[in-house]
Amino acid sequence: MSEDKSSYSWPHKHLLGVQDLSVADICFLLKTARGFEQVSTRSIKKVPALRGKVVANLFFEDSTRTRSSFTLAASRLSADVIDLSGRDSSISKGETLSDTARNIEAMGVDVIVCRHQLSGAAVQIAKSVRCSVINAGDGQHEHPTQGLLDIYTLAMKLGRDTFDLSGVTVAIVGDIAHSRVARSNMYGLLKLGAHVILVGPPTLLPSAFADLGCELCHSLEDVLGRVDALNMLRIQFERLTSQAFPSLREYAAYFGLTSERLARAKKDVIVMHPGPINRGVEVDSDVADGPCSVILEQVANGLAVRMATFFLVTGVDT
Amino acid sequence: MRVVADKARVTGLIDNLAQAIKQDMAAMDGQSQWAIVGIRSRGDVLAQRLAERIQVTHVGTLDIALYRDDLSEVGPQPIVRTTDIPFDVDGLQVVLVDDVLMSGRSIRAALQSLMDLGRPRRVWLSVLVDRGGREFPIQPDHVGLDLSQADVLSSGERVDVFVQPTDDRDEIVIRPSGETEQMG
Repeated sequence: MSEDKSSYSWPHKHLLGVQDLSVADICFLLKTARGFEQVSTRSIKKVPALRGKVVANLFFEDSTRTRSSFTLAASRLSADVIDLSGRDSSISKGETLSDTARNIEAMGVDVIVCRHQLSGAAVQIAKSVRCSVINAGDGQHEHPTQGLLDIYTLAMKLGRDTFDLSGVTVAIVGDIAHSRVARSNMYGLLKLGAHVILVGPPTLLPSAFADLGCELCHSLEDVLGRVDALNMLRIQFERLTSQAFPSLREYAAYFGLTSERLARAKKDVIVMHPGPINRGVEVDSDVADGPCSVILEQVANGLAVRMATFFLVTGVDT
Repeated sequence: MRVVADKARVTGLIDNLAQAIKQDMAAMDGQSQWAIVGIRSRGDVLAQRLAERIQVTHVGTLDIALYRDDLSEVGPQPIVRTTDIPFDVDGLQVVLVDDVLMSGRSIRAALQSLMDLGRPRRVWLSVLVDRGGREFPIQPDHVGLDLSQADVLSSGERVDVFVQPTDDRDEIVIRPSGETEQMG
């Protein structure tokens, strides 16, 4: 019955953003995810770790794949899952966000996974309830599990077993201004020592990001030769209200990853995309389906990272 | 703290365990395939060392963190590591290896974890030390050092096993409750 003594223990009851995590937290979560990866490949894809716990998906914003990934992750840990999804009005019927969350918690829920169109919604919910809260995307703020699964995929692909990313250069390309995926990636990558280049048209790339320690660039061509990975963000039609760029065709012409552009990048550059892809806009089909693409590995790793997140936040009792 | 086995003794105990397993292997029909599976984090090292002494088809490592029955007790979650069983356990004779057998809860978890990987033909249990104190009806097939008799350990005493290369030495010690040492 020998136990491993370790001075570190995971301290967070909620996962609200990568910004709140220390380097040790990020590494511990990603190491834990490695232990979960094999659960998905064996004959019985289920472990009893969260048996008897209840997870509620509270999605105010449409999402199929993120919600499915969280649901499957919870199921593989033997938790029960209830789904509350749809437009704001059909879930809350006019009550405040806090009241909605408290009502759900009163059903005996242990973890609320929430997605909301407003930045800060997850923090607000976490303040209102005693159960754990996992942010599955809040407005333009953060989408921590996506950021962490991107980093996990990158580190595995580069053979960085300790998740130390010093010397690695990553370009995040596209609509930086509206992207919570970009923020979560950026916070995590910088903490782990990577060099981050944010690439996009000036209208979608606020210069304030330079203060956080990122390099900014308005030309994809200029960074191609010196990056180890390209994370191509989705153009989010639902968030683009003003005329951020003249046309999709023009965006694709300047910032789309075509096979001609890929040929000018490092030979083993890693191409990532958080999905769903607008083929021919952010990434051309032959690149998305090509050997450099890890897009489907990102989806698979997302399960392991979300299982690790559930496992760790439910173990914190304060 | 008292040392009950030094390096030479630990090596001898592992030799004895290997011998006992070999006898059981010889007694079975020659058709069976055998695997040695160690439970993290000291059973895996023992499994490797047993495998150096016994001809087996497979060697693997089981991490039981996700199967423990004390997850909801107060305290942080245990560290989850990878289970490394790169073979199909269906139909195999599996020798489960752990360092110290006490309550039997780790073994219960290991059995459940093993069942989720497939259906072994038979599971054997080999432990370096049986220190008694069972809370489940689990019995080992092979024991290196038997400390389970009532007069060997006084209440609250713990048995710590150190094995290379996880630890810096091979040693089995008994220490009073409360006395701890950072284990590597």
